[in-house]
Amino acid sequence: MDLNKLRQRGEFEWELPATGRMRVPGVIFASRELVLAMDEKVAEQVANVAGLPGIVSASYAMPDAHWGYGFPIGGVAAFAAEDGGVVSAGGVGFDISCGVRTLLTGLKRADIAAQQARLADLLYARIPAGVGSTGGIRLDAGGMAAMLQGGARWAVREGYGSEADLAHIEEHGCVAGADPSAVSEQAKKRQRDEMGTLGSGNHYLEVQEVSEIFDVAAAQAYGLAAGDVVVSIHCGSRGLGHQIGTDYLREMVVAAPAAGIALPDRELACAPIQSALGQRYLGAMRAGINCALANRQILTHLARQAFAAVFPGVHLPLLYDVSHNTCKEETHTVDGHQRRLFVHRKGATRAFGPGHRELPPEYVRVGQPVLVGGSMGTASWILAGGAAAGSNAEERAFGSACHGAGRAMSRHEATRRWQGRALIDELAARGILIRSPSPRGVAEEAPLAYKDVGAVVDASDRAGLARKVARLAPLVCIKG
Amino acid sequence: MNSAIQWETFPHEADIGVRGVGSTMAEAFAGVALAMTSAICDPAKVGAGETAHIECAAPDDEQLLVDWLNALVYEMATRRMLFARFDVGIENHRLVATAWGEAVDVARHEPAAEVKGATFCELAVRQQADGQWLAQCVVDV
Repeated sequence: MDLNKLRQRGEFEWELPATGRMRVPGVIFASRELVLAMDEKVAEQVANVAGLPGIVSASYAMPDAHWGYGFPIGGVAAFAAEDGGVVSAGGVGFDISCGVRTLLTGLKRADIAAQQARLADLLYARIPAGVGSTGGIRLDAGGMAAMLQGGARWAVREGYGSEADLAHIEEHGCVAGADPSAVSEQAKKRQRDEMGTLGSGNHYLEVQEVSEIFDVAAAQAYGLAAGDVVVSIHCGSRGLGHQIGTDYLREMVVAAPAAGIALPDRELACAPIQSALGQRYLGAMRAGINCALANRQILTHLARQAFAAVFPGVHLPLLYDVSHNTCKEETHTVDGHQRRLFVHRKGATRAFGPGHRELPPEYVRVGQPVLVGGSMGTASWILAGGAAAGSNAEERAFGSACHGAGRAMSRHEATRRWQGRALIDELAARGILIRSPSPRGVAEEAPLAYKDVGAVVDASDRAGLARKVARLAPLVCIKG
Repeated sequence: MNSAIQWETFPHEADIGVRGVGSTMAEAFAGVALAMTSAICDPAKVGAGETAHIECAAPDDEQLLVDWLNALVYEMATRRMLFARFDVGIENHRLVATAWGEAVDVARHEPAAEVKGATFCELAVRQQADGQWLAQCVVDV
């Protein structure tokens, strides 16, 4: 990205001044190097979002921002209903509530070393992964409605996990205001056989080792120590979320002119929050969030079963569960006033800081766990939301941070450079066991096809979005 | 399928672009569908023993392309199928098509990625200077 169009506000903060149709400025949180490496399309998309009705404060981009659809991936924007603000199906995306959860195991790397291959095989056998895979649960109409309204809370009631899990999920595992009747029959049909499936592409289940601790107090609060084995699951709302995105994107594009909304890019498809269409989308999108939370809860149960088969008596408590592609109604202080806002995070993580009232008591002193996925051969990270307690730093970007590395090259280029089976062998030689139905899929997700997640995490830390707590190194990766 | 139909994928930072070129808009739509299959697996490995009938209508040709690809995504997802041959007819922004394919066989097809949906990104349906029709967009995987 051309730095000449930006005004530097700080070492890790860049303003895209409001010009033309922009109602607010753009703000990019990143190092100079990361901004230089960003596509010009990111600036264009940040500016387009800044022109949407009812946007509050600024159109934000996280350090991992890259070219998305309508919104940049790594984009954050909040809208006020009373100002004619909008909710955007494009601003949430196809994979509604795609996110990451991390489980503790109480095991050390040495404990699993002798069993690593057996554990990989068992996890791969238990976790339905890849194109065409189906789960073990079939939902009838009543069950589907209960799942869409109940989220992870529904899954726990059905026997997948425990009440203790719910306290460590955003909104306690169930977002209010879900409306199953706003979800199309096609979306429900796509989900019928997909509960408890991982999906494909960049979705994964990993067994990881805590390779380094950066913030001892936060690590203690999260139950993490160097050498610990943890499990991270990255997936979303499966076919249901994808179809909700498809349905409402189309409907919002068609309805925009009548609502007086001029779309510079059809992917910005949106509707006024206070319109019937906006309310229907919010009801459907919240059902999509609950579907993702239920799905990750079922996968957690399957992972626990696999671990228990190898390590009898082991417990895998949930550290936390974060969602990346959402629009959530939240209270934030803007110009000294408390306001209810509809915060869109597209490829960005909620990152509430210390003292936030929505955090569970055990994390309130250090801030929300922010789980950042890496690529399968490199590292993932656990951060703590916001600036350190007592620093008096203001909340940034409505309490948001980065979500992952972002691709460094296209899938096309990755398959040209790497061969899946050779890559699996090479990673195995380094102690990282990959299990996947598709060698080509592995090549598309090659470690070097992704940017350096360390630079993204450093920028998040230095920009005051979220602090580094622990780095995780992969041991086993189940890929769809 | 008509041998004049060409198809390819093109790079996008996070996902995959799919493109079809043919002597008519309908051929270009058939090509872009084949390109979408190639984003998932090698189309040469996909048999053609089962059919799906697809109809859609849209306010314009670009929306019709998105609707066509999303109708195929829906058939693939709900019937666990892959498609490798397409017969497409288009008249006045209305599409009627038959797609031939088979059930996903993970061991044989080795599908790399599931298509979540067709997007408006890089979306174009147009007749080129050489008279050939081009249809393309990015699909989210």
